Amino acid sequence: MSFTMQHRAEPPHIVSYATFIKVWIALVVLTGLLVGLSLTHRPNLALLGLLVITPTKASLVFFYFMHLKYESAALKYMVAAAIGVLIIFIGLTFSDYLFR
Amino acid sequence: MSTAVESPTNEPSFYARKGIASWLLTTDHKRIAILYLSSMMTFFLVGMTLGAFMRLEHLTMGPTIMKPTSYNALFTLHGVIMIFLFVIPGLAASFGNFFLPIMIGARDVAFPRINLLSWYLFMSGALIALSSLFTGSGPPDTGWSFYVPYSVRTGTNVTMAVLGAFTIGFSSILTGLNFITTIHRLRAKGMNWMRMPLFPWALYATSWVQVLATPILGITLLLVVLERVFHLGIFDPSIGGDPILYQHLFWTYSHPAVYIMILPAMGAISEIIPTFAHRTIFGYKAIVISSMGIAALGSLVWAHHMFTSGLSDFAIVIFSLLTFLVAIPSAIKVFNWVATLYKGSVELRPPMVYALAFIFLFSIGGLTGLFQGALAINVHVHDTYFIVGHFHYVMFGGTGFAFFAALHYWYPKMFGRMYNERAAIMAFVPIFVGFNLLYFTFLVLGLQGMPRRYYDHLPRFHAGHIWATVGSWILVTGLLLMVGNLVRGLFRKTTIPANPWGGVTLEWTVPSPPPTENFAVLPVITEPPYTFNPVAKESA
Amino acid sequence: MSVSAQPLVAEHGGEHRDYGGAKLGMWIFVFTELILFGGLFVAYGMYRAMHAHEFHKASGELNLTLGVINTVVLLTSSLSMVLSIVAIRLQRKRQSMIFLACTMLLGAVFLVNKFFEWKAKFHHGLYPGSEHLMARPPGERLFFGLYFGMTGLHGLHVTIGVVVMSVMMVFLARDRIRHDDFIKLENTGLYWHLVDVIWIFLLPLFYLAA
Repeated sequence: MSFTMQHRAEPPHIVSYATFIKVWIALVVLTGLLVGLSLTHRPNLALLGLLVITPTKASLVFFYFMHLKYESAALKYMVAAAIGVLIIFIGLTFSDYLFR
Repeated sequence: MSTAVESPTNEPSFYARKGIASWLLTTDHKRIAILYLSSMMTFFLVGMTLGAFMRLEHLTMGPTIMKPTSYNALFTLHGVIMIFLFVIPGLAASFGNFFLPIMIGARDVAFPRINLLSWYLFMSGALIALSSLFTGSGPPDTGWSFYVPYSVRTGTNVTMAVLGAFTIGFSSILTGLNFITTIHRLRAKGMNWMRMPLFPWALYATSWVQVLATPILGITLLLVVLERVFHLGIFDPSIGGDPILYQHLFWTYSHPAVYIMILPAMGAISEIIPTFAHRTIFGYKAIVISSMGIAALGSLVWAHHMFTSGLSDFAIVIFSLLTFLVAIPSAIKVFNWVATLYKGSVELRPPMVYALAFIFLFSIGGLTGLFQGALAINVHVHDTYFIVGHFHYVMFGGTGFAFFAALHYWYPKMFGRMYNERAAIMAFVPIFVGFNLLYFTFLVLGLQGMPRRYYDHLPRFHAGHIWATVGSWILVTGLLLMVGNLVRGLFRKTTIPANPWGGVTLEWTVPSPPPTENFAVLPVITEPPYTFNPVAKESA
Repeated sequence: MSVSAQPLVAEHGGEHRDYGGAKLGMWIFVFTELILFGGLFVAYGMYRAMHAHEFHKASGELNLTLGVINTVVLLTSSLSMVLSIVAIRLQRKRQSMIFLACTMLLGAVFLVNKFFEWKAKFHHGLYPGSEHLMARPPGERLFFGLYFGMTGLHGLHVTIGVVVMSVMMVFLARDRIRHDDFIKLENTGLYWHLVDVIWIFLLPLFYLAA
């Protein structure tokens, strides 16, 4: 794990403008889709939007804009751990509220 | 261990540069450690005094030396000072700051200026919290846990105390961030993860908890302030808020916080026992895995502080199960420390005496914790002196004694001086006796039904309270003797060799005290840690 | 035997620089911010489970158009932020500064929108502690308490981000951020993208809960 970090001391390769613009387009389209689903006033579709589209948008920002795709495995594990911890906090708290 | 050559002794120590500015603007991790150590010891003595006054109040039934409202403020401040200003920074901010870079073969931490900022945030938070004593309607009387709805309705100065705690939390986060980066990036050549000693490993596990749990405290305290100032209304039950949500959020941090307190302590014990048993630690890998395991599992058990608060039946069963699970990695460590003594050449020097006491006292604390994890028992002992006894056994008998052990162990290295060892052992005796008289009595009182945070007590508890108060006097006497001996040693002009104890980790290869840059030449590591070859111990 | 072995830390004008370390430190700070907001998400989750209907109703009172506009504004600012970093790595200093200025401008637009949104709410008597709000059912009061708390904390972070960017602009101008030393800008980007991610979640939770 340490050696991976050491080899990543050099900045990763430069991603092109075009890639980022494509990601931006995807994000805007997904936003439109999300809003569209909500406006159908069908709660299941809206929930789908929340649980699928929103994490997808966040992932695009993490992997491309924040460069996570090109970072070391160690850093990717750390991000997963941080998000996992948050999900566990929410999940375990729900174990109280959903069953009262 | 590497066979690094000792640095030449003509290099000036890190104390060389004189003047207040050179201390207050330092970025040397060793100076920052001394700044933390001296401020934390001061806060400890203040917190200890508050505790002693609480015990005095219980010497007689009815009012003894104070009003009930003063007692409430005392136990709140005792908790806030001891927890936020002593035990949470604990061995990490003091010994971690001093020794982490040296033990991994580095010249400093990854972000030295942020390290100094951490100390300033710590001191600022302390000042803000202490200002609550003199401003508004006086110090908070909510207990250190600031439970709503009382904390958002009481007139006492909760806002200041809570903002102080928030600031200290930020300090803790930055230290954790600094240590994680330091360990990932600045280990010496050849020091791969499985060659790193156990104190740095403990600091690594602790730092992750600091970084991932403390922000929850931050947002929770912020919400209390917003509720008091702007009536935001998240916790107010009169508008549909749920006070239990506050408890969830508060304990989501404050339970992992106890692992922030104990993990570095366990790390120090893992250093001290091999040195004074003169043999390698038993089960290095198991201790590494159990450290990370405690950090991970310990973040999942918080609601065991809330079993009687009104949680769902489903939740309390889950949390009870998780609580039992987290005892396992701690037990593994206890077994490994004891096993290290087997066929070792055990030397009962002061650090070792405190370390052995740690094992005994922490075990009592841990076991009493297990009892509380059982739901049926919890109903009877929650909010009694049994709980108070339990957490003093783990936080004081555990972290506290480990802190004293580490202080006696690393003292010659940090100060280039030596204390009187006989006096140290003599001070230990009243500390140990007084501690057990005080806190074992608490366990008994709790089982008999004495509630906590009460300024008065019923006649049937009176005898127990007298025993406990006498115990507190013996304990305080011992503590003052210990501190006096350590301070006196600072003024005895001697030179100390690099390795007075025969330790095998990197800090014992540099002069006592170390030079500013730690190593004249950075070491290269070629051996596993805790390799005890027959190396001659140097005499003073 | 003993070798001064620091192959990763380049000497740079006498100072030690560690690109990987500086980036790791910033990522860890990003984690702490995720958890900080995460606590509020915990509160939102629980209260929504308890008051689903009232959350649904209260969400309809928010200005969906402004919410969507602000989302696109932030997404675009994220794009200009990352383009600013690419530009300086390609040694296009002027372009980098222009992109950074766009990011700051979009951040300011976001804050202006927020200002008008809140102003409208206050005008209708909807603010923490208001009598009007106290008269509403508990679920709606909790919704608005969380709304002001979360968007307020987020707005504070946007403000801080814009201020930090102005400092970065000065660094760019004075060549203290260069193609071979740009970690300050990259770390600013990490912070800004996090602020964007938080808003990506705030949008559906508050504006699309209807």
